[in-house]
Amino acid sequence: MAKPVPRPTPTEQPFYDACAAGKLVLQRCQTCGHTLFYPRTHCDACQSDQLVWEDASGAGIIASYTVVRRGVSADFEAPYVIALIDLAEGPRMMSQIIDADPDALAVGLSVKVDFAAWSEDITLPVFRLHPALDVGDA
Amino acid sequence: MSAPGLGGEFALIGMAESAVGIVPDKSPRELCVQVTLDALKDAGLTLAEVDGLITCNAFAEPIMYHAEAVAEYIGWQPRHCVTVNTGGGTTFMALNMAAAAIQAGMAETIVVAMADSLRSFMTRDQAMVVQSSSGHPHYEQPYGPTVPAYYALIARAHMNQFGTTEAQFAEAAVSCRAWASQHPRAQMRDLISVEDVMNSRAIADPLKVLDCSLVSDGGAAVVITRKDRAKDGPHKPVTLLGYGEGHSYEHISQAKDLTTSAAVQSGRAAYAEAGLTPDDIDLLQLYDCFTPALLMQIEDLGFCGKGEGGAWLASGISRPGGSKPMNTHGGMLSYCHPGNPGAMFGLTEAITQMRGDAGERQLPNMRTTLCHAQGGIMSSHATIILGVED
Repeated sequence: MAKPVPRPTPTEQPFYDACAAGKLVLQRCQTCGHTLFYPRTHCDACQSDQLVWEDASGAGIIASYTVVRRGVSADFEAPYVIALIDLAEGPRMMSQIIDADPDALAVGLSVKVDFAAWSEDITLPVFRLHPALDVGDA
Repeated sequence: MSAPGLGGEFALIGMAESAVGIVPDKSPRELCVQVTLDALKDAGLTLAEVDGLITCNAFAEPIMYHAEAVAEYIGWQPRHCVTVNTGGGTTFMALNMAAAAIQAGMAETIVVAMADSLRSFMTRDQAMVVQSSSGHPHYEQPYGPTVPAYYALIARAHMNQFGTTEAQFAEAAVSCRAWASQHPRAQMRDLISVEDVMNSRAIADPLKVLDCSLVSDGGAAVVITRKDRAKDGPHKPVTLLGYGEGHSYEHISQAKDLTTSAAVQSGRAAYAEAGLTPDDIDLLQLYDCFTPALLMQIEDLGFCGKGEGGAWLASGISRPGGSKPMNTHGGMLSYCHPGNPGAMFGLTEAITQMRGDAGERQLPNMRTTLCHAQGGIMSSHATIILGVED
């Protein structure tokens, strides 16, 4: 058994192509201006199919997180951190926060995207704490 | 806005439970057959007098046409026969579909039966299917979330927003266990304290193993018919007074609000149809898959203000002797949790209490019960309100 790996549909492929190139991209609706995630054929705000890919900043804040102490399978070595990240562009994304001291985590802290290979073909966005973005935010 | 008006017209006239907990001697299909026949016997009916069957599938023994397979097993050809799948919310959605089917003339009397054997009959592959049954295959599962981890995300958000504490979540488990200690068939009966929960094995912070529901075998069934046909049975009929649904998303990463669920909508619709308020409810039978889910339902169903669920639980109000008894069978945290059928036992306990048959744990002056079930990660909600006449 191995970690679950996405098998992108043609609609989703640009997202994974960008990840492989070290870039985070999101769809933006040309009809209503909404930025969305996960990738779709239709906008989840206005149902338009006029969606275009745009570069995202890769910055976000922690909406919630958990330190998983008992992994889902042998392929995931516990502990690891699962988080919901509110991206600067608006959408929320589930991801892992890597290389973080669990005691240093808190809701509201800033994170920045990084990328990690999940298989030969698939690279996924992960996040790291980014204290520089929190400075002056208090 | 009121629900479409099935409330008050339908009654539960029979019920049955299998043995629960660790039940290795019967397959899920056999448990489902057993509770179907036992519920009919309880209602004083024969198969020939019943013309509908609604079931849900079993993770440990999936069958393409599950309800038909159960009927075939006992040589029955019901006029109406359907398998429902809305996760943990299946129980009450199936009950409402049964009422709607009777209303539409598709059947006159329907058995709703469910069973699964997550404890004794799961293969390793099937266990993985259960683990990944929630979770987006491309945008959640690759990161390795567990089912407790999803609820841990909700718990952390609630703690951050309202100051809820881990000890307050633990109070939910303590309350359910206190009731289970009075139930002779409960899977876990030894009393526990908040400290026991806090010191139990860490699963996904802030949740510990005693914040998580059990893994069990078991099945249960109920018989529903039109109220005017329910008078001649051996037991006091229990009337379906109100029903409501709420559906907000499938995947937790798509939730617009992590700390308020669509139980608000399902509860509001059920109260409106029943013409009742939270103050009128004598017994709460809620969906305690994980302690934070229970705490949020208490708030979202209006038993306290938003953010006050922790204090409500810590007050002891839901424990034996308290003024708002909750999950008097012990819930899925302590009675049993065989997967999708889990909320059936909240329902059978409600019927038992309303008939006055609950023995040591019988509540006085039982008139109304609110039962709630949810599927997914607080995704899909169904609320029913039951009443009984003196």
